[in-house]
Amino acid sequence: MVFDDVVEIRFHGRGGQGVVTAANVLVDALLKVGLYGQAIPFFGAERRGAPVVAYARVSKKPIRTRSSIRRPNIVVVLDAKLSELVNVLEGLKPGGTILINSPGKPDIKGGFKVCYVDAVGIALRHNLVLSGWALVNMPIVGALAKILGVPVEAVEESIRERIEGRVGELNAVAAREAFNEVVCVE
Amino acid sequence: MGKIVPLSGNSAVAYAVKSADVDVISAYPITPQTTIVEKLAEFIANGELDAEMIHVESEHSALSAAVGASAAGARVYTASSSQGIVLMYEIMFIASSLRLPIVMTIAARALSAPINIWNDHSDFMAVSDTGWVMMMAENNQEAHDDVILAYRIAEDPEVLLPVATALDGYFMTHTIEPIDLIEREDALSFAPKRKTWFTLDPDKPVTIGALGDPQWYFEFKRQQYEAMKKSREVFEKSVDEFAKVFGRRYGAVEYFGDENPEVVLVAMGHVVGNIKAYLSRVRGKDSRAGVLKIKLYRPFPEDLIVKYLEGVKIVGVVDRALVPGSASPGPLHSEIVATLRKHGVDAKTLSFVSGLGGRPVTHEHIGVMFSKLSELKDKPASELPKEPLFIGVRE
Repeated sequence: MVFDDVVEIRFHGRGGQGVVTAANVLVDALLKVGLYGQAIPFFGAERRGAPVVAYARVSKKPIRTRSSIRRPNIVVVLDAKLSELVNVLEGLKPGGTILINSPGKPDIKGGFKVCYVDAVGIALRHNLVLSGWALVNMPIVGALAKILGVPVEAVEESIRERIEGRVGELNAVAAREAFNEVVCVE
Repeated sequence: MGKIVPLSGNSAVAYAVKSADVDVISAYPITPQTTIVEKLAEFIANGELDAEMIHVESEHSALSAAVGASAAGARVYTASSSQGIVLMYEIMFIASSLRLPIVMTIAARALSAPINIWNDHSDFMAVSDTGWVMMMAENNQEAHDDVILAYRIAEDPEVLLPVATALDGYFMTHTIEPIDLIEREDALSFAPKRKTWFTLDPDKPVTIGALGDPQWYFEFKRQQYEAMKKSREVFEKSVDEFAKVFGRRYGAVEYFGDENPEVVLVAMGHVVGNIKAYLSRVRGKDSRAGVLKIKLYRPFPEDLIVKYLEGVKIVGVVDRALVPGSASPGPLHSEIVATLRKHGVDAKTLSFVSGLGGRPVTHEHIGVMFSKLSELKDKPASELPKEPLFIGVRE
């Protein structure tokens, strides 16, 4: 992705899915390739499983604005079912991108660039499961890196630094697979 | 240069406290401050920081314990927010009057009621008359750096006052940004631990906090006033040296915008960044507008404010706190008006109250403020609104 201005991203996930960690790893990876990033969790009265949002900004220059994002360039959805509960497309800029965790092409109208990756399938392949939930946050960061044009190696390195040992390694592999497998349709 | 890592504002503060090698931390958890002292507890548990963590039963006790430890000569740290800060109110006066160089972080948050965990400056402004040196950061790097600056200023033998450093709740405390970390060695060489004041010591007993009867109380207060004035000089020297050592320059106030502005917004905290971004992106380079950030709130840097606002047609002051019934319900506006009047500067002022209880101050809101200023800049002062303009509220 070519960007001259700040790229604004909104994440939709469920409490406990690791949305904030995903945004963190993204910022870390951006730093490694000389870009600037900012990750902004939103805190309300969330519980495990309830819909949550987080935001991130990506830029070539230091980022001055600090606030939640109302008109994102990219929306990232960690659980496709969330679109039944919240309008995940709200405020998405015309021609914007939506990245969804989904095994097949989701039916999304409005002229957006639609990207999808089977993050659950990738997580299960590597037995990345915790308390009955597939760990999809790192594959999602991998797929997002592809969309942003960030080298996957930066993401892998960030994951390995953040999550030690074998679990970190498996997450890094899962992120790379998502990077390679994500499909985008204009 | 230190290592650059992505950190939340709270973690950035905690790393600075660790680098300052504090001896005693006394705190009670409250959102959005909690993760600062949680991180510090982790550092202590991991053996990365050799400090005593005192778990207390309230913020009143947290600051009381900090007072005791500081009186015994320890380098002391605490942090709080909102209701916690106002529960400390009584002890805040005691800390400053006993001239104890405690450093406290305020993770700025609204005050109840209704209960609200999000950011504004109600807590910060509520304690601005307690005799503490007070500053507020615009971004996480600054919040990190402010802790090191704070110890240097607080413990200066000519100052010996507590220092509060603030960062905006959530907009900064929980937002992750790249931070250039100050390592312990560099922090301690910039702000070495000094024990130049009388301390509680069983071998050389002194009394701290004895009765100050009418024969003496007034002189104590007079000296405290001088110490606060002195802190401004020490602040200037400290930021100069900080810039030399760490390459980042801070000012008691910082101006951004047109070189010869007609309209200026005055603001504090993260909103300053939003205004800068607005000016760069939305307004373009041809407009005669700017933003003046107030970093140092106590002592209020009058001279610099006069320097930047002299010749400006109209000044809009963005307050994120509200004092109903005051001649100026925006506390920052009140300070600006007093400063301009006192120094004979005839710039007109407009009070904006915005972003209470965590409501974002967006580019749209900032646009409304600049439009209002442009609309009123050539009107006589008598025709300006006498009430604050509430931006972004449902009427």
